[in-house]
Amino acid sequence: MFVLTLYYIFAAILLAAGLGVITARNPVHSALSLVVCFVTSAALWLLIEAEFLAIVLVLVYVGAVMVLFLFVVMMLDINVEKLRGGFTRYAWLGCVTTALVIGELVGVIYARRLGIDATRGAAPTPADYSNTADLGVALFTRYAYPIEIAAMLLLVAIVAAIALTMRKRAGLKVQDIDAQVAVRARDRVRVVKMNAVRKS
Amino acid sequence: MITLAHMLTLSALLFALSVAGIFINRKNVLLLLMCIELLLLAANFNFVAFARYLGQIDGQVFVFFILTVAAAESAIGLAILVVLFRERKSINVEELNQLRG
Repeated sequence: MFVLTLYYIFAAILLAAGLGVITARNPVHSALSLVVCFVTSAALWLLIEAEFLAIVLVLVYVGAVMVLFLFVVMMLDINVEKLRGGFTRYAWLGCVTTALVIGELVGVIYARRLGIDATRGAAPTPADYSNTADLGVALFTRYAYPIEIAAMLLLVAIVAAIALTMRKRAGLKVQDIDAQVAVRARDRVRVVKMNAVRKS
Repeated sequence: MITLAHMLTLSALLFALSVAGIFINRKNVLLLLMCIELLLLAANFNFVAFARYLGQIDGQVFVFFILTVAAAESAIGLAILVVLFRERKSINVEELNQLRG
C-alpha cells in the first residue's frame, strides 16, 4: 500500500512535469521540466526494482544529455515568441491524437488476450538479489556483440557531432605547425658583414 | 502493490503527452527533440515494466540500447541544430524549406 502511494505521487509528478515540458513558454523551463521527468522516472524504476537503470538514467540523462540540451538552449539566441505562433491552431489535432493514443494503448493493456495478467503484481525478489550483477551477466555474455555495436554507434555519434559543429572562423590566428618545423636558420637570421664604424 | 497495468498505463499517458507535444511545438526544433526524448522514456518504461513482470532481464538490456541510441540521436540532433542556427539565425521548422523540390 505504501509502495502504491509512492507510485501515485511519482506518477502525478511525472505527468505534471511532462505537461510542463510541452507547454512551457521558455525552452529553459521545458528542459528543466524534462530533468524532473527523468528524476521521477528513475524513482519509479527504483520502485519496480530496476535499480541499475534508475541510476544510469540519472547519470546519463540528467548528467549528460540534459546538460547538453541546456547548453544549446542558452547558446542559441532564440526568439521564443515567434516560435510560439500557431500554438492553438494545431492544439485540437494534438488533443485528438492524444486521446486516440491513450485509448488505444490502455485498450491494449486491459485486453486480456496477451496471455499476461496485467493486474497481478510481480513476486518480490529475494533480499540478496542483485539487479546490477544480473544485468552485467546478461550484457557481457549474451549481449556482448550488441554492446560492442552500441559502443561503435556512440563513437560515430561523437565524431559526427564534432565534425558537424567544427568550423574555421575568419580571422582566427592559429599556428601553422608545418611551417614552424620546416623553417631554417637562414630564413630567420641574416649575418651581415660590414666595417666597423666610429661612433660620432 | 504496483501491477503491470499501473506501469503500462503511466507509460501510455506519457507517450500520448509527448505525441501531443510534437503537435503543439511543431515549430521549435529544440522542443521537438525534447519531446522525442520523452517518447523514448515512455518506451523505456514499457521495457522495464515487462522485464520486471515477466521476470526476465532482457528487457532491461534493451533499455540500455535505447538509451545509447537516444544519446547519440540527441547529440547529433543538437549538433545539426547548432549548425542550422549558425546558417539561418532561426530554428523555426517552417523556414527550413531549402530541400523542397
